[in-house]
Amino acid sequence: MKRKLSIAVTGLNAIDSPGPGIAVIRGLREASSFNVRIIGLAYESLEPGIYMHDLVDRTYQIPYPSAGTDTLLLRLKYIHSREKLDVIIPNFDAELYPFIKLSPGLRKMGIHTFLPTVNQFEERQKANLNAFGEKYNLKVPRSKTLFEAGTAQSPGMEFSYPVIVKGKFYDAYTAYNSDQVRTAFNKINSRWGLPVIVQEFIHGTEFNVTGLGDGKGNTIAAVAMRKQYITEKGKAWGGITIADEVLLAMTRKFLKNTRWRGAFELELMKTGTGEIYLLEINPRMPAWIYLAVGVGQNIPEALVRLALGEKITPHHDYKVGQMFIRYAWDMIVDRSEFEQISLYGEL
Amino acid sequence: MNWFEPAFSFTFVPENVFLMKIDKNIAISESGLIFNPVNGESFSVNPVGLEIIRMIREEMPVDEICRVILERFTVDASSFDKDFHDFVSRLKQHGLIAEESHEAKA
Repeated sequence: MKRKLSIAVTGLNAIDSPGPGIAVIRGLREASSFNVRIIGLAYESLEPGIYMHDLVDRTYQIPYPSAGTDTLLLRLKYIHSREKLDVIIPNFDAELYPFIKLSPGLRKMGIHTFLPTVNQFEERQKANLNAFGEKYNLKVPRSKTLFEAGTAQSPGMEFSYPVIVKGKFYDAYTAYNSDQVRTAFNKINSRWGLPVIVQEFIHGTEFNVTGLGDGKGNTIAAVAMRKQYITEKGKAWGGITIADEVLLAMTRKFLKNTRWRGAFELELMKTGTGEIYLLEINPRMPAWIYLAVGVGQNIPEALVRLALGEKITPHHDYKVGQMFIRYAWDMIVDRSEFEQISLYGEL
Repeated sequence: MNWFEPAFSFTFVPENVFLMKIDKNIAISESGLIFNPVNGESFSVNPVGLEIIRMIREEMPVDEICRVILERFTVDASSFDKDFHDFVSRLKQHGLIAEESHEAKA
């Protein structure tokens, strides 16, 4: 009989720009080495995962990262007293830092995580990508960090238009002149704050790789995907697994050189001449992680086992040419459930 | 998805005799859907294009491919020449085939 683990998961916002939580939970529910009780951790009352009772057993609201780690820890202690958590899997970029900081304390409480180190988390930040590429011998697009709108005129002087204007956590716009850079800067600044990053535009085909590093330089899992259907927000709504050995070799190099600990998603651009640029490193599982599960690499399960300190056999193969196609689904929810989560923060 | 829709028609045997090689990992379905697993691109070819791709996969030299097609279809030489080379160049452009040798297969 399989053991039962109590696993808390964030990112239940299965919306048009989805968080990875629901896909992660699907992977956990299909794990062959354990059964799960899933505890959803939500920020907003309308995150769809809260109401998906076949996937999420119980949900608790947690405070936004801006409330500080003490407030978050207090809430997690309460949830732990009720649910006896074994593992927490945070899935948002913006919440990772507090969870990383809290990890040692959580471990003392008996709660396991498997997250990048503070140093790994910081040095792969978009604003630090140039230095990151240099340090680990990885090709990255040139970029410039902007802290005020006045400097938004200059990037085009340093590398030619178009450029990509990015927020530190989310959002990206293509700008063809300095006016558009300024507009994008203001949009991103008002939503995500500073700094804003201006990045050289690399022409080519974009690919994504998700995977898992054990923190010792080993690749535990890696699956490459090409987006086939992209929403206006640039999110993959459909994709297909591919077998590009060059991309996978770069992924292994990334893991070996950085000794990455935890799950990740690499955003890569392959130019017409076959050069691979690392555009971005997301320090968590992507919303399309269920594709990896579906093709034979259950990354959420492997992450949990690493978090628990178990020795696991790395995944080497996956089924190529398998697609994921996302869809929207309307649930009918009784108002009382909305009241319960809104007023009491639990459902 | 990109669509290859070459309209083949011919009565012509080309002078150049060379081999083309299709990547062994390229998936080709019975209905003519071609999937390149390296970059995730998919294409659809018509039955004549599918026949040609199958012969390339079997490593038949170009003159042999032409002979087989000419036996099955009645077409004029210039149309075939143009369409065939256009088709091949598009296959190369998408990284589906590479020229292996300028000598005929023994």
